[in-house]
Amino acid sequence: MADTPKPEELAGIDYLPPLFRGWINEPAQIRPGIYCYAAKPKNLDYVGMPNAREWNPVDDDWKLPENWKEIILDGIRERLEKFRSFKLFMDICVRCGACADKCHFFIGSGDPKNMPVLRAELLRSIYRKNFTVGGKIFGILAGARDLTEDVLKELWYYLYQCTECRRCSLFCPYGIDTAEITMMGRELINLLGLNIDWIAAPVANCYRTGNHLGIQPHAYKDMMDFFTDEIEEITNIKVEPSFNRKGAEILFITPSGDVFADPGTYTCMGYMMLFHYLQEQGLDITWSTYASEGGNFGYFTSHEMAKRLNAKMYAEAERLGVKWILGGECGHMWRILNQYMDTWNGPPDFLEEPVSPITGTKFENAKTTKMVHITEFTADLIKHNKLKLDPSRNDHLVMTYHDSCNTARGMGIFEEPRYVINNVCNNFYEMPPETIREQTFCCGSGAGLNAGEDMELRMRGGLPRANAVKHVHEKHGVNMLACICAIDRAVLTSSMEYWVPEVNVTGVHELVGNALVFEGEGERTTDLRGEPLAGMEEEEDV
Amino acid sequence: MYDGGKIIAGLIIGIGLLLAPFFYNAGTAAKAPDPQLTPKAKEAKECVTTALYMKSSHFSLLDEWRHTAVRENERYFKSPNGKIYYKSLQLTCLDCHSNKSKFCDQCHNYLNVVPYCWDCHIAPEEKK
Amino acid sequence: MNFILGILISSIAVTIIVLIPLLGVGAWNLYTLFGIIIPYAAMATFFIGIVVKVIGWGRSPVPFRIPTTAGQQWSLPWIKPSPIDNPKTTMGVVVRMIFEVLTFRSLFRNTRLEYRRTEGGPKLDYEWEKWLWLAALVFHYCFLVIFLRHFRFFLEPVPGFVSLLESLDGFMQMGVLPIIGFGLPGVYLTDMLLMAALTYLFLRRIYIHQTRYISLPADYFPLFLLLALGTTGLLMRHFLRVDITAVKELAIGLFKFSPDPKILSGIGVLFYIHLFIVCVLIAYFPFSKLMHFAGIFLSPTRNLSNNSRFVRHVNPWNYPVKTHTYEEYEDEFREPMIEAGLPVEKGAESTGETEEAESGEKE
Repeated sequence: MADTPKPEELAGIDYLPPLFRGWINEPAQIRPGIYCYAAKPKNLDYVGMPNAREWNPVDDDWKLPENWKEIILDGIRERLEKFRSFKLFMDICVRCGACADKCHFFIGSGDPKNMPVLRAELLRSIYRKNFTVGGKIFGILAGARDLTEDVLKELWYYLYQCTECRRCSLFCPYGIDTAEITMMGRELINLLGLNIDWIAAPVANCYRTGNHLGIQPHAYKDMMDFFTDEIEEITNIKVEPSFNRKGAEILFITPSGDVFADPGTYTCMGYMMLFHYLQEQGLDITWSTYASEGGNFGYFTSHEMAKRLNAKMYAEAERLGVKWILGGECGHMWRILNQYMDTWNGPPDFLEEPVSPITGTKFENAKTTKMVHITEFTADLIKHNKLKLDPSRNDHLVMTYHDSCNTARGMGIFEEPRYVINNVCNNFYEMPPETIREQTFCCGSGAGLNAGEDMELRMRGGLPRANAVKHVHEKHGVNMLACICAIDRAVLTSSMEYWVPEVNVTGVHELVGNALVFEGEGERTTDLRGEPLAGMEEEEDV
Repeated sequence: MYDGGKIIAGLIIGIGLLLAPFFYNAGTAAKAPDPQLTPKAKEAKECVTTALYMKSSHFSLLDEWRHTAVRENERYFKSPNGKIYYKSLQLTCLDCHSNKSKFCDQCHNYLNVVPYCWDCHIAPEEKK
Repeated sequence: MNFILGILISSIAVTIIVLIPLLGVGAWNLYTLFGIIIPYAAMATFFIGIVVKVIGWGRSPVPFRIPTTAGQQWSLPWIKPSPIDNPKTTMGVVVRMIFEVLTFRSLFRNTRLEYRRTEGGPKLDYEWEKWLWLAALVFHYCFLVIFLRHFRFFLEPVPGFVSLLESLDGFMQMGVLPIIGFGLPGVYLTDMLLMAALTYLFLRRIYIHQTRYISLPADYFPLFLLLALGTTGLLMRHFLRVDITAVKELAIGLFKFSPDPKILSGIGVLFYIHLFIVCVLIAYFPFSKLMHFAGIFLSPTRNLSNNSRFVRHVNPWNYPVKTHTYEEYEDEFREPMIEAGLPVEKGAESTGETEEAESGEKE
């Protein structure tokens, strides 16, 4: 693994592209620290993805199948026929450059091929050469080029430097969405077995065990038992989550990162406490070890793989006979639930239109998908005064909030989490408007790029978010960054440590867990992390 | 989801708008202008300068006359073939071309030109 | 391919396009070819090309509902949704599209990255940048107005809106300039603004590092073509005039499918250059990036409502996929599940029995 450069070293970013050398014939230099390791054959084989083999991105020989060109070109043709987005976005870009400096990877690296427009042009050039009259006649003049091994390698390299965050699509006058193009590109190179292991392994795991981390059912339960003990230690309250329970009213699905990776684990404890709190008021909810993953790394390989993994949610809901599904805090999970799930695996006729058993609120916006976002659920509870909250328990935190790219631009959930945070915390400051809500920046490592070996890329991509956090840290003393995404919780922790070490990362429901006042609980001296509450620091010392 | 109906409708509207000139002109007479010379103009055989120049740029000449006559007091214009004319719309131009509606207006109307000559100058009375 | 080559190649191409009618009409008197045949061929290419392209896009379905949501979703009744940026209804989409098409709203969001290196590390800012939006808007609207003003040549009688445009566009009456004869007939604002906007759009391509790097000959070419179109138009109006009565007779003749070849020779060669540039532009249109004009209407990130959680979106090519079922899952983990006290569908004993039975059969 390449040593990650120090922040001071990464800070000098050169945005000046070569003056006299154009991009079109310039092969990519595949650099350690930027690329991710190749997928191990066993992980591709497990889910039946093609051309699994041992290969190494830095080798000259990628051991491509003999008819690799044909596979790619046929793949492009098939996708042009299946996706209007792809066909249209191949044709209508005018290269105005509005997207160029909107990408976090370009901002952090200065690599011109990380401009969304150029990332798309890598694929467009192949499209033009093989599928358009102009490209065939005018060749390079029309921006067309042959599909060679160098071009394929370049494509691979840059498709795994895009996190499908859609920030560019917001600024594009035609709504050209690089996420769409990256998804098509990744589908294509996956036909040649050119996946990265950080995606392939979670996909195989998720297929087998129900979650990315490969947690087997008993280990899942063990972990939850551990949280139960932790919660009891801090609050004197014994929560009793149930698993795979038939006949429950609601099935709860959250990313497995919440169960196995700090600081998501504290968010998980927050959910558990909330559900326990509501039990008396009539909440009947179960967790599942089979559908134990909200996220979907299949989405980072192909639509088909994503659909195969996603199918578990409705299948489990049907098996358990629940009425509707509640979804935890996760980014791409919610883009999928909002924009794909019902289309892929619906209609879930065996479910009912979601109604909050506590407030009676009908979640009309989830009428057909039958899946409710937990911050919608919690915001509704708070609005109806169903939770006794003591926001002063979060007084040791000065908060800001990071909109996850997927929930921002693939759903539009902005107010719900803010409403919850503002009801459970007293100190909240927004980051600058160009860095939040619909203009939010990616954490820098989404779409399956949160590996260890591409740390330099991740830190570069995390710079725009970190820079905005640093701004509010310096201005308002912000020391905690909230988010509603499991990948965010994992990767922002690294990028904060790197760029703004004074700031930690939390899920919104960890804050809810802190603030929730149970009847008969003991006096809390620490938050869920065991950090002393404001005014309790001395007691800790004693 | 194809939304084929919407696409076809959009195409028909879009292409239809662009094809508007074809529809608009179809079936109309759209007669080309036919400027008439008065007997006096015919008799003169030539204008103050070549007919080709007068056809495309008479307004430039008039503008020049106005400037030089009003501001610089140069009252006479020497034509390319040496003839001297008095610079005056009403006394010179309209003396021959006294048939505004059959001469000036013909092309002006055809090409939607609204000269502001007549804001100040009085159009000659035409014999019916 | 660098920017110098790109500019060079595009300008050579446009020069050739100017020279072709100059020779064709000026030297070889090919009036019918340049006045009638090429315009018809170009128009046919334009209309058929657009229809084929758009239908081609339309033949591919929109399998998923993927709007880029740029505002608060519709959720709980007390949370104010953003009906245009995150449209729930078709009406919202229509308004969003109107804003996109008529005001270039997404482009209006544009910012410019400002990077500084300070002692404390890198510092990023996102600065005000509306010039691209402004130039793009000015260019497109001026082009539209100029196009519509040309209807005085296309339609007989000339409809009122053309007169209105002409008088609004020429309201500054710049004909009255100190230089005698210039500025006559009246100078139109849109003519000047169009040329200025095009010049800016060209200059920013080479001035801004990023656009300089991404620009293809296919980006410079239409700009140069439009600049040449504007230049010949301005020349014709103000300096090298042609017989516009004959021009209109030709235009009307073309639109009535009865062009009179006799008029052709009475029109100056500059007109044929102008006309040929238009022909190249419209014939090139369906095969180029200029199709964004139609494409914007079909963009799935803009023209869909964000309603897929309450109105089911159907994918016409949805097909069944192989999944890992709960049964397969339980079969693999039944033992530890039972040990951990997790409920299972089939009891351990019963499975054991069936297994025994099966193995018994085998034996």
